[in-house]
Amino acid sequence: MKLDVLKIANKNFKSRLIVGTGKYKSMLECSKAIKNSGAEIVTVAVRRVNITDSSKPLLMDYIDPKKIMYLPNTAGCFTSKDALRTLRLAREIGGWKIVKLEVLGDKKNLFPDMIETLNSTEVLTKEGFKVMVYCNDDPLMCKRLENAGASAIMPLAAPIGSGLGIQNITNIKILRKQTKVPLIIDAGIGQASDAVQAMELGCDAVLINTAIAKAKNPLQMAESMKYAVISGRKSFLSGRITPNLEGSASTTKKGII
Amino acid sequence: MNKKNKIKIVVNGKVLTVNLKFSLKNLIEKLKTPINKIAIELNEEIVDKKKLNRIFLKNKDRIEIVHFIGGG
Repeated sequence: MKLDVLKIANKNFKSRLIVGTGKYKSMLECSKAIKNSGAEIVTVAVRRVNITDSSKPLLMDYIDPKKIMYLPNTAGCFTSKDALRTLRLAREIGGWKIVKLEVLGDKKNLFPDMIETLNSTEVLTKEGFKVMVYCNDDPLMCKRLENAGASAIMPLAAPIGSGLGIQNITNIKILRKQTKVPLIIDAGIGQASDAVQAMELGCDAVLINTAIAKAKNPLQMAESMKYAVISGRKSFLSGRITPNLEGSASTTKKGII
Repeated sequence: MNKKNKIKIVVNGKVLTVNLKFSLKNLIEKLKTPINKIAIELNEEIVDKKKLNRIFLKNKDRIEIVHFIGGG
């Protein structure tokens, strides 16, 4: 059987689950959850170094970027300028070229500002970045992002951290049909069945942070999401039966007494 | 202490007083930050980490030192 790999910007990954590293109780818990999730890519944020206390533990002490790919993001950026600045700095830390662009437009629901997002995608792509783009589930804007050179289209299922699951299944289906680069559900996943659904719709991967980090048992939820993504993917690849309103007996009538 | 030999710089939003002829390399050493885990901006321009010892700070210079933290 052909090996089923996820290919992003010419890099191959076995796992189709990307996890965020925010909101955990501790870095130790975060690193354990990542291990349980089987993720090969984790998102990380760029922030100021604590200059008054250098003894504080660093993320890199817990998650080895040589073993797990860091995907720098622009969390908290509301303008293209801030996002570009953040990702240029991220690249400088250690040569990261594959990045996650996220330009927010609304402080309350954290929806992306798609105009700033599209502009940033164009600039970053020209600068040689491989840009994975957090976006709305609007097929027209997603097409534009793809045309602008996005390395992955990452529509939200629902607002970031909301745990509402996929709200617009139709749009995700349309996106699946039109998208040539990896299509990754980013944001809004609440439970394992949401991740299964995303994969069954044919998405190439799922990005989860809050649903794992804020679960009562994050380590177990991480494992649950791992299997959900595998399960959903296999279900998608296996080709489901046609839904039918009538029943169809599983046992033959032949030999009935 | 002679004030003339001192300059004020802003590092990650905090004002620091340092000696004249203080280089970015001196600053990173003073803060004990591991150089391979950070990126540095001097007045909003990214600094080549290989050239830190050749960059001397001036009064009112604004420096940003960033690293990766957990994020979604």
